[in-house]
Amino acid sequence: MTTRNTKVMNRYDVTSRLIGKLKHEEAVIGGIGNTNFDLWAAGHRPQNFYMLGSMGLAFPIALGVALAQPDRRIFALEGDGSLLMQLGALSTIAALKPKNLIMIVMDNGIYQITGAQPTPAASVADIVAIAIGSGLANSAWAADEEDFERLVDEAMSRSEPSFIAIRIDDKPGVGTTRRDPVQIRERFMHGLGVREPL
Amino acid sequence: MATAEQQIQAAQGSSEKSWHGIVLQTLKRNEISLIPYVPDRVLTPLIKNLHADPYFTTFATAREEEAVGIVSGAWMGGRRGAVLMQTSGFATLANVLASLAVPYQIPLIMFVSERGTLGEFNYGQSLVCRTMRPVLDSLALEHHTITRLDEFEFIADRSIKQAVTTQAPVALILNPLLTGGKVFDK
Repeated sequence: MTTRNTKVMNRYDVTSRLIGKLKHEEAVIGGIGNTNFDLWAAGHRPQNFYMLGSMGLAFPIALGVALAQPDRRIFALEGDGSLLMQLGALSTIAALKPKNLIMIVMDNGIYQITGAQPTPAASVADIVAIAIGSGLANSAWAADEEDFERLVDEAMSRSEPSFIAIRIDDKPGVGTTRRDPVQIRERFMHGLGVREPL
Repeated sequence: MATAEQQIQAAQGSSEKSWHGIVLQTLKRNEISLIPYVPDRVLTPLIKNLHADPYFTTFATAREEEAVGIVSGAWMGGRRGAVLMQTSGFATLANVLASLAVPYQIPLIMFVSERGTLGEFNYGQSLVCRTMRPVLDSLALEHHTITRLDEFEFIADRSIKQAVTTQAPVALILNPLLTGGKVFDK
């Protein structure tokens, strides 16, 4: 269950597979760095939110969106280094049990964007075991791409939060997010139907 | 016959004239229903009353920046929230304020219970308190220190409305002159 006997996949490929499954204007929150770059590169959607800082807050931001819009599925993409910054968020989410939140962690054991230094947890901590221990029962490693797609399908039909971890390689992100925070937020709010464009 | 403690609790629960009653009513009036918090002794009656009122979704978070992330996401999704914390918790927020709330123009509403002044007994609290206003000022964030009950409703209501309409964060600092603060006992 929690062993890392899984295939090493590619972040951009896996992100593209996820985006390809979205048919109902699901929201996607991209964590900082390469997670965000690959979300951007996979094809811009108005329901994508791109973080430009505040490392570790992809899941809390996604939780807020999930609590505001309980009828929409909310995905959040996070890196393993970012997740380590805010492990407490997992137990907060487990306690609240938002029925529409799906957390995805891209784990390559390194802080890739700062020069690929290993995280303090690299090769010792099992983030799925941490998620389960935090109270997130629906947590699993994706064995390969097919298994990832199956886990996403399962998560989309569940009425409890889900947590999916993927081992990924050390390839850099494919695109570069445009860095205009107000434009990003405004587009996202339009995408969620909260605001009308001027 | 009610005990003294029960009488105090009843008064706190029913009276809009208490500082925490004003917070609760002002939040409601401004349709702020999502209240993540990190606990504080002084905030206890407010937190208790928020939990007891089904209008609010009130819950503890492990860390203050997590709560800021949650209400930021909620705002973007169309639901208003506010964060409750104490001074030492505010001290952990410089990064999330400068990289999320301010640049993305999010009306983050913060209630900060002020430790570190007017009888503080913990050296660490008194030092961390001195970092709060310089951080707020350096980011040009609106903040008000509330000392008087008769001014509180006006300040809270107007500050929230300003935060929402100008899409900017605001910190309402609850001074011991308003709340009684925490006194040295244990």
